[in-house]
Amino acid sequence: MTENDGALLEIRQLKKWFPIHKGFMRRVSGHVHAVDDVSLSLAKGETLGLVGESGCGKSTLGRCVVRLLAPTSGEIVFDGQSIGQLRSRALRPLRRQMQMIFQDPYASLNPRKRVGTIISDPMKIHGIGDRQERKKKVEELLETVGLSPEHYNRFPHEFSGGQRQRIGVARALALRPKLIVADEPVSALDVSIQAQVLNLLESLQTGFDLTYMFIAHDLAVVRHISDRIAVMYLGVIVEISPAEALYDNPLHPYTISLLSAVPIPDPDVEAKRETILLPGELPSPANPPAACRFHTRCPYVQPTRCTTEVPELRKLGDGHFVACHWAEKIKAGAIEPIESTPIEPERQDPVEAPSA
Amino acid sequence: MPEPLLEVKGLKVRFATEDGLVRAVDGVDFELERGKVLGIVGESGSGKSVTAMTLLGLTRDQNAAFEGEVVYKGQDVLTMPESRLRDIRGNEIAMIFQDPMTSLNPVYRVGQQIVEAIRAHESVSKRQARRRTIDLLKQVGIPSAEERVDAFPHELSGGMRQRAMIALALSCNPDIVIADEPTTALDVTIQAQILALLDKLRAEFDSAVILITHDLGVVASIAHDILVMYAGRVVEAGPKRELFYDPQMPYSWGLLGSIPRLDRPKQEKLHSITGSPPSLINVPRGCTFRPRCPYAFDRCTEEPELVNRVEVPDHLDRCWLSLDDKRRLRLETIAAEASIA
Repeated sequence: MTENDGALLEIRQLKKWFPIHKGFMRRVSGHVHAVDDVSLSLAKGETLGLVGESGCGKSTLGRCVVRLLAPTSGEIVFDGQSIGQLRSRALRPLRRQMQMIFQDPYASLNPRKRVGTIISDPMKIHGIGDRQERKKKVEELLETVGLSPEHYNRFPHEFSGGQRQRIGVARALALRPKLIVADEPVSALDVSIQAQVLNLLESLQTGFDLTYMFIAHDLAVVRHISDRIAVMYLGVIVEISPAEALYDNPLHPYTISLLSAVPIPDPDVEAKRETILLPGELPSPANPPAACRFHTRCPYVQPTRCTTEVPELRKLGDGHFVACHWAEKIKAGAIEPIESTPIEPERQDPVEAPSA
Repeated sequence: MPEPLLEVKGLKVRFATEDGLVRAVDGVDFELERGKVLGIVGESGSGKSVTAMTLLGLTRDQNAAFEGEVVYKGQDVLTMPESRLRDIRGNEIAMIFQDPMTSLNPVYRVGQQIVEAIRAHESVSKRQARRRTIDLLKQVGIPSAEERVDAFPHELSGGMRQRAMIALALSCNPDIVIADEPTTALDVTIQAQILALLDKLRAEFDSAVILITHDLGVVASIAHDILVMYAGRVVEAGPKRELFYDPQMPYSWGLLGSIPRLDRPKQEKLHSITGSPPSLINVPRGCTFRPRCPYAFDRCTEEPELVNRVEVPDHLDRCWLSLDDKRRLRLETIAAEASIA
């Protein structure tokens, strides 16, 4: 997409490949194409939802953005500065400005440190304030995220999952960052607690002037918090659009099937709802299908183009981009979905030859 | 009414810990019929998993104390000798655990684990058991089952592993399948597949299913009856439609209201249940949900019984609010945005 002045973050043709080592000499025998040519931009104060199944590369993308991982190629421009290839020393002052909230509130807090230390350590490392000031700041932060200052001397294990995630949020806020990458921040929590954390993140956004990149696998959750949503499949973005447009008018067959899979807590709606069950599993990102990566599972796959031509992200609406050759025709109902019954039992005797 | 397959009466489970007595399950009653799906819904720590594990005698321990009865085929599971329990486990009552990564043994091939389960309960040859294993893997939708039968758990994806777990659970044609959060660790697309599979297999084998989850969306399609648990107790129970369309407990409203709904316009703010579940060592007096309930009043310090308070006889709840109040107040939580739509 184009450059605009309000962009806090610009990602251009970002690739992250992980080498696969084999054998005694640890020869590189191939690469996992975790993120393969992704371009994105995030405006200041915006929330971008990043959705996809596990293994689609959404977490890798998030980690490249905050430079926990170095990208293989491509550019990341954060606040006017290219950070894609910076070394760790040069990155250090930038770390203050981008923080991360992790998925598992049980694993991402050091069990041996007290909450006060966990939240104040980032400030200490970056040389902010003296001991007294830091303590005061931590107490304020604890209140901001809905805990109480008395929790300062407690250990993480004394808290429930939702409370721990609040500690994670407080730690991310401690340095007053501009960008927060939240990697599945609520998927480990009960639904009732998810709503609490989502509301908290939303209310913090204006007060702290935050830009969020919100990674999740659940489309219902990201809808609530996102301004724009990008859908990823096997390392590439297949659809990106303003949030409501994506739900009202999903264009990519993958988005359509993802949306259809979200259960709705209403038996009557459930009974009428048609779930598009995608056949098979996510192909291996070490050897992604050629051309359109979704063609092996797509219910609308066509004999031409899908297998020969890589679909570009095309603009099909206001800020609505889709990487599908046939999006308009599918939308218009001109292409019928292929009936697939992925979980039908095959009772026949083995016919298929074992693959090599 | 047909004879219930399983009957749980006044079940209480307590664990003695260093910090005090944990009342993990504090009064659970239900009946389960053949071919039915019972959904047990509640937050972490509500006692739903302990209830399920107790049905299989898996919570037996020096520090555990039981009360009540779990009657399966005329016998009480709670007092049954361990040897008889071993016959039942995996054979007549099987369990699907939440995390397929940790519940399959990583050093044995998937097929071996299923063969072992079959041969533990039936005297069949290894070859026969293996053939049945391959059939089972096909039935749960694992492609090229002839090869996958020799795969190790780590060679399968999360969805595949969960399918293998289901195949393992079904290996002896159980009467009851207990699925403890079978889809929580999975993506929504895989979740939809697994739920469809569970329902299909239930119909085919005519087993009863107990589906445990924290997400009411999961039970909306396949459950027949639902129990809502909170702090070790059943706080509301009834047929599915009753629970979704005429919920009586403010806790059930909270659970329903906190799920973002894709079929409705976006809400301004998600409803959430404030606070967190109480410690089971020190359960609040009276109604256990009182400290978190926005509608609590004087009478709530008195303990409400689980009784029928509405027109439909099977629908039970524990809430002191009057029927009119409930039907008025719950709109704030669940249907606020529906009225606009």
